[in-house]
Amino acid sequence: MSPHFTPVSALVGGALIGLAAVLLLRLNGRIAGISGILNGLFDRPPGDLGWRLAFLLALIAGAGGWFALSGTLDAPRQGFSVPILIVAGLLVGAGTRIGSGCTSGHGICGLSRLSKRSLVAVLVFMASGFATVALMRHGLA
Amino acid sequence: MNPRLASAALAGLLFGLGLAISGMTEPDKILGFLDLAGAWDPSLALVMSAALAVSLPGYRYAMRHPRAVCADPLQLPTARKLDNNLVLGAVLFGAGWGLAGYCPGPAIANLARLNPEVLAFLPAMFAGSLFAARLSR
Repeated sequence: MSPHFTPVSALVGGALIGLAAVLLLRLNGRIAGISGILNGLFDRPPGDLGWRLAFLLALIAGAGGWFALSGTLDAPRQGFSVPILIVAGLLVGAGTRIGSGCTSGHGICGLSRLSKRSLVAVLVFMASGFATVALMRHGLA
Repeated sequence: MNPRLASAALAGLLFGLGLAISGMTEPDKILGFLDLAGAWDPSLALVMSAALAVSLPGYRYAMRHPRAVCADPLQLPTARKLDNNLVLGAVLFGAGWGLAGYCPGPAIANLARLNPEVLAFLPAMFAGSLFAARLSR
């Protein structure tokens, strides 16, 4: 097991994410699926820009506040391949659009609604993620 | 301030805090979870478990009300079919996630520290999404 396993902060952070999703649904009636919130920024006709921007800007502020508090404003990973970052971005963007969701949309909100579609999506993207890392870290060397 | 904006901001703030505190903004922790054959970091599983422990009952409670507190009706997804797009999309998304360790939320969160990685990742992500949307027209 990794020495980087951080159970307490994982549980606390996870609970906050869950709470945030519940609040967005109860207060605004919206699903806290980040890919969906982002894709909605480009909907034509434009609508709902307000709450989407408010959510996203506050997300950045919340994360930034923690980075500042915890002294992690310098992102730890350096020197990662830029072409791979770009390919990864293309795949994540296309995949979340085609599949209608991501880890928050399907993994938290969808599962919380007991959605069979989301369960399938989660199982498939997890498997795809496991396979990709296995190939990248252990399979192609 | 408009109450809808205030409540969306509250939710966003907690979401961003949660992402950062849980370590999900660190791609190495994500890849550590996805690396089953390596030094496995189960943190992501704990994050999801804790999130669901709150959101499963929370959603059940919220969905008992047809309208949100702001008075808008709940806008829930209506698709039900397990179709090819769902699976294809998940395969592609998982591959991209496994390549760099970023999904949309953490990538956006990393803008807070001007992480140069997401300055490459995010435009590509938007491009991929727009391209996929065009394809389905």
